[in-house]
Amino acid sequence: MTRLLPLRLSLLAAVGVALLVLPLTGLILRTPWTALIGDVGDAGAALRISAVVSAVATLLAVGLGIPIGWVLARGTFRGRSALRAIVLLPIVLPPVVSGVALLASLGRSGAVGTLLNNLFGITLPFTIAGAVIAAAFVATPFVSLVSEAGFRSINPGLEEVAASLGARPWRRFRRVVLPQAAPALAAGIVLGWARALGEFGATITFAGNLPGRTQTLPLAIFFELEQDPEAAFSLSLILVVVSIAVLSAARHSWMR
Amino acid sequence: MTEAVEALAAAYIDGPVELSVAGSQVLVAQAREGAPLDVVITADAATAQSLADLGLLAGDPVRFAGNRLAIAVEAGNPLGVGGLADLADDEITLVLASPEVPAGAYTQLALERAGINLAPDSLEPSVRAVLAKVKLGEADAGIVYATDLVTGGVGGVEIPEDGNLTTDYFALVLNREKADRAAGFVAFLQTVPARTVLADLGFLP
Repeated sequence: MTRLLPLRLSLLAAVGVALLVLPLTGLILRTPWTALIGDVGDAGAALRISAVVSAVATLLAVGLGIPIGWVLARGTFRGRSALRAIVLLPIVLPPVVSGVALLASLGRSGAVGTLLNNLFGITLPFTIAGAVIAAAFVATPFVSLVSEAGFRSINPGLEEVAASLGARPWRRFRRVVLPQAAPALAAGIVLGWARALGEFGATITFAGNLPGRTQTLPLAIFFELEQDPEAAFSLSLILVVVSIAVLSAARHSWMR
Repeated sequence: MTEAVEALAAAYIDGPVELSVAGSQVLVAQAREGAPLDVVITADAATAQSLADLGLLAGDPVRFAGNRLAIAVEAGNPLGVGGLADLADDEITLVLASPEVPAGAYTQLALERAGINLAPDSLEPSVRAVLAKVKLGEADAGIVYATDLVTGGVGGVEIPEDGNLTTDYFALVLNREKADRAAGFVAFLQTVPARTVLADLGFLP
């Protein structure tokens, strides 16, 4: 049975949806369909780099973000709120500020960057590894945020039962907590991946822009807009379609 | 040019001038999409022409200043960069302006004329970004405008006549209701006081 929604809320929701859908409609209307395949073919390198960078960045964001989410959800220590605020900061920072912060720390003359360079001969700026770091930096907070909410929402009783049966903490985490939190974790992973895929400001500031090496799809779109606006529309549409496909495929795993 | 335009606006007595500073190609895009701009200053003829082609101008573009290209290096030039050809060294982390922006187009032209093929580590979205990467110590060298080097924080290496070129700045009056007053400011840019301000900052006539 369908329940009636309050009219006012429905109207506001409709306005909100229009606000979000309008730019996408504009994009679709301006996309030169006949040139689409050629434009996308020309952007093959940027597509490949984006696929690699977003995938590796997501692995990093998941590997680090889920433990952070767990610590924030279950830890009982002073300064937890402050820690949460710091961890979530990249979500609200302008990405270019994230890029500047990465340069100041991991850049060739940055505090840690100098060490990396002197000890291992590693420099991150202007490399694909730098692009991965930039994307992981902005994606990890999304994974932490959503996984913390997921860990908080599960029933602690089951974990206590497992403990009483003699399961050690790591085993309890893997066998009891993770399966229950799985839908939330999946949501966090997808959001983190989408953020990594769309990352622009931190990437161009920290990793620079070189076609075939560090130029991801969003960077290619930015430069195409000045050279060939039509191609920029095509590439934007590809990014939108890929993102929608993944978001809606993943939807089933957490919005039931 | 940012510093120069600020000084010129301050020296203009016939009314306050509100400034909006961005790369030429950004300003062109803004004007195209209807931003309330009365005068647009671009760093090359191509961006000026693109506004003329859109029928947005009240008159012909006015060339009012020029510039040269130069190499920005770390202060003191520790790597001993002597000219464009030295930038081909793989050991040097090199950043250039992307060819989509005027400084990048000039760079590409100068390199083509000199017959030098460079492999940059990054093509930056603006000449200011090139300068910033060198200032921050992330890049060893970059190609910028000669006037950018007077700002300090970096070392400079001149590019001799035969590998260099003269760049052109254009002032454009947009076809809007205040076009007369806008034309007054553009006329001022060609006066002796304005030329003195520009020359003091290292711009060419």
